[in-house]
Amino acid sequence: MPDTLARRAWPAMAMERSVAVWILAAVTLIVLMALPLGWLGWVSVSSEGGPTLAHYGAVFRDAQLQKALWNTVVMAFWVGLASLAVGAPLAWLTARTDLPGKGLMRGLIMASFVTPPFLGAFAWVMLAGPNAGLLNKIYRSVTGSADPLFNIFTMPGLVFVVTIYTFPYVYIMIVNTLGLIASDLEEAASVLGAGRLLVAATVTLPLVAPAILSGFILAVLQALALFGSPAMLALPAGFHTITTQIWAFFHYPPKVEMAAAFSIPLLLATALLLQLQKRLLGRRGYASVGGKGGQRRNIPLGVWRYPALVGGLAVLACAIFLPYGILAKAAFTRAWAQPLTWDNLTAGNLAFTFFEYSATRSAILNTLQLGVLTATVGAGLAALLAYVANRRLILGHQVLAFLALAPIVIPGVVLAVGLFIAYTRPPFLLYGTLWILFVAYVTKEMPVGYSQADATFKGVHAELEDAGRILGAGRLRVLREITAPLARSGIIATWCFIFIGVIRELSASIILFTPGTRVMSVVIFDLKEEGQFGAIAVLGLFMLVMTFGTVILMQRVLGRDFMGVRQ
Amino acid sequence: MTRVICMIGVAVLMLVASAAQAVAQSPHLEGARKEGKVVWYTSLALGSAEKVARMFETAYPDIKVEVHRTGSQRVLQRLMQELQANIKNADVVHTSDAGHFVLLKDKKLLMKYTPAGADRLLAGFKDKDGYHYGLRATVSVIAYNPKIVPAAEAPKTWKDLLDPKWRGKLVTAHPGYSGVIATHVLALVNLHGWDYFKQLAANKPMIVQSAVDPPGVVASGERPVAANTADYNAYATKKKGNPIEIVMPREGVPLIVSPTAITAFAPHPNAAKLFTDFTFSREVQQTLADSEGLYTGHPEVKYPADRPKLSELKLLQVDPSELEQRNEEIKKRFVEFFGA
Repeated sequence: MPDTLARRAWPAMAMERSVAVWILAAVTLIVLMALPLGWLGWVSVSSEGGPTLAHYGAVFRDAQLQKALWNTVVMAFWVGLASLAVGAPLAWLTARTDLPGKGLMRGLIMASFVTPPFLGAFAWVMLAGPNAGLLNKIYRSVTGSADPLFNIFTMPGLVFVVTIYTFPYVYIMIVNTLGLIASDLEEAASVLGAGRLLVAATVTLPLVAPAILSGFILAVLQALALFGSPAMLALPAGFHTITTQIWAFFHYPPKVEMAAAFSIPLLLATALLLQLQKRLLGRRGYASVGGKGGQRRNIPLGVWRYPALVGGLAVLACAIFLPYGILAKAAFTRAWAQPLTWDNLTAGNLAFTFFEYSATRSAILNTLQLGVLTATVGAGLAALLAYVANRRLILGHQVLAFLALAPIVIPGVVLAVGLFIAYTRPPFLLYGTLWILFVAYVTKEMPVGYSQADATFKGVHAELEDAGRILGAGRLRVLREITAPLARSGIIATWCFIFIGVIRELSASIILFTPGTRVMSVVIFDLKEEGQFGAIAVLGLFMLVMTFGTVILMQRVLGRDFMGVRQ
Repeated sequence: MTRVICMIGVAVLMLVASAAQAVAQSPHLEGARKEGKVVWYTSLALGSAEKVARMFETAYPDIKVEVHRTGSQRVLQRLMQELQANIKNADVVHTSDAGHFVLLKDKKLLMKYTPAGADRLLAGFKDKDGYHYGLRATVSVIAYNPKIVPAAEAPKTWKDLLDPKWRGKLVTAHPGYSGVIATHVLALVNLHGWDYFKQLAANKPMIVQSAVDPPGVVASGERPVAANTADYNAYATKKKGNPIEIVMPREGVPLIVSPTAITAFAPHPNAAKLFTDFTFSREVQQTLADSEGLYTGHPEVKYPADRPKLSELKLLQVDPSELEQRNEEIKKRFVEFFGA
């Protein structure tokens, strides 16, 4: 092959060609980030009379907006604490004890991890609406009480629903750290006569403390950025959070400057929290964490085995069994609040959703197109960047890694405001097309994709590549013939992660869609505003089927646990 | 049962056939066929909108209707947001906020077009300059769940809703989303003043977005009383066998005439005209009245026997220009009182 010959003759030239690819990837990333954030910052301080801080003044003096800010702080803080309270014990139980049914437990936590939070919130409206909610009805008929047991349309209700879909972040963080701690120290303590709880409190806990703190921060970040759950639970209760308020700024006549000015504090808060988390994790100087070797033995729970299992399942019943059950009921009944009788059963919701309501099919098609396209381009870009950063191919490769991870600080709604401003004006008129959603999704999913790809390339040793290079192959060829096959399953996992992230995305889509570019989550949101419970349930279940189909496919193909939990 | 279905089928076919015949000679047909579709931004309840679209597609099989249904305020928001980005997508715009059409007309965004037969519409359904016409009308009403609230105890007037016994038992839709409710709020502010809504807010109603939403909330029992809702949705919910009763308060009911218009920039102007003509045909107007429980301006439409006639109701009318001017105030004060 002349091509190969040429490369053998001039390896330097092949190198240059590859450099062009790296630089292109880098520039893409910078544009993805810089354009929306630059516009966001600029619009927040611009007015007809030149630069101004008036929008910030207006935003922070308004009593309504102050309330929205405060509500968000309260919600995020409690979600963080509650996620810890649920996630940390579950992580310890599944990683270090002889809890029965650990595999099932992990599977269910994974299911709660991939459940779209707005769908869970919607299901909980049917479960714990103060009057029609199923659980409250049961409670009333059992106790004869006139008052409801739960009211989901309250701050505690919102915190509860957000928590049951946020605790997996804490769980994964801690379970992975626990997997790295050898049992030696714990056993030493046991030998010295400490009880199980004392061991856990005095030996294990301090070792995982950084993971616990950073899990807390991660949960807070998730809660800060959420849009769907507050939109479904806080608005009916008569209060806003930052994200719903930013969305409301887009109501006619739109106040984009206000939205921008209100977005900046959210952006700064997330950036600050993430910085804090990074420092916590960076201080992981514990000799006992991260070492190879060392055995991990399960701690016997004794009489607590089954109570612990029941406790864990109770949490997952809230996240999975009850919501999925009520969605199934709503999907196949005429009136979701009426008892499940033959009279009430119907396939009408299915027929309406898939055949009569014309928006559904185009939304499913849009979602699939965007999912496949984003996952493919995103995984490719993430792989390129991770490769460059791992092999230190260009100057400033650390900057690339930073940029790839940076979008994690941008909440979806904020990113959407930036993109909306950036792409409704020349030279990039993307608003109104699927491309603007594509740009939003690629940017938003980049941190997830990058961390996946980064872990993958860390596992492929540079020695193999060097051997190839020594034998005369150019870098691109080495990449194609040695690295790519080895990294294949990691890249497929990256693809799946991004795909799942895209099909459930709501917070950026809700600002960027136009009627022709609706995606499934937006259709669900629209149907909610019209109270079409049956159709939402059908579409929601369809979304879950797509998600779990991807997860199962991934596990089949790759034979590995979705969350990378070490056995 | 099967026979009934067959008869209904035949009747529908005949209706569609006659509708097709009535406008088969339309001067817009040829052009519309070439354009192939019409994009309809509408606030008509989703089921009703899809029904009208399917009727049109049955009559004109080679022309597709793209239905984009959302609340009135969001329809306007979309339209303006798209125009700002230089996107020209909408052919026909239909909302329940008459103020929108004052605004759109002022901004020269509407095409002057009189739909076939529209000159026969009742007064109050016609723009004097010929830019928009009332496609349908509804009234804003109170609704309650008779399984939870006995008829004798049900509220009879708007003011009855202020009784503290309804605390935590009401649901209201949002004027920031729904044109029906924006009209409703202005009508009641003109009647009882803003203080009425301040007191209503003290009863802590659940807040939903669309005027279409409260009947479902009432029927499910989540809140037994709707402090406001579009009458046609409550009627449709009742027709499906759900527990819900409609109250026409004695002080009068806000009348909401929902205009429709073709945009000045319509990418499919011929299809837009054909579609607009079709929606004002007696067949479509009769369907809106029959199966959807709507009122219309068509002089020949007969209403179901269990519906009061518009002329029998005490109507509270709102001036569209006033609605347009006070739109901001309505939304702002509502949020101020109700929180979101």
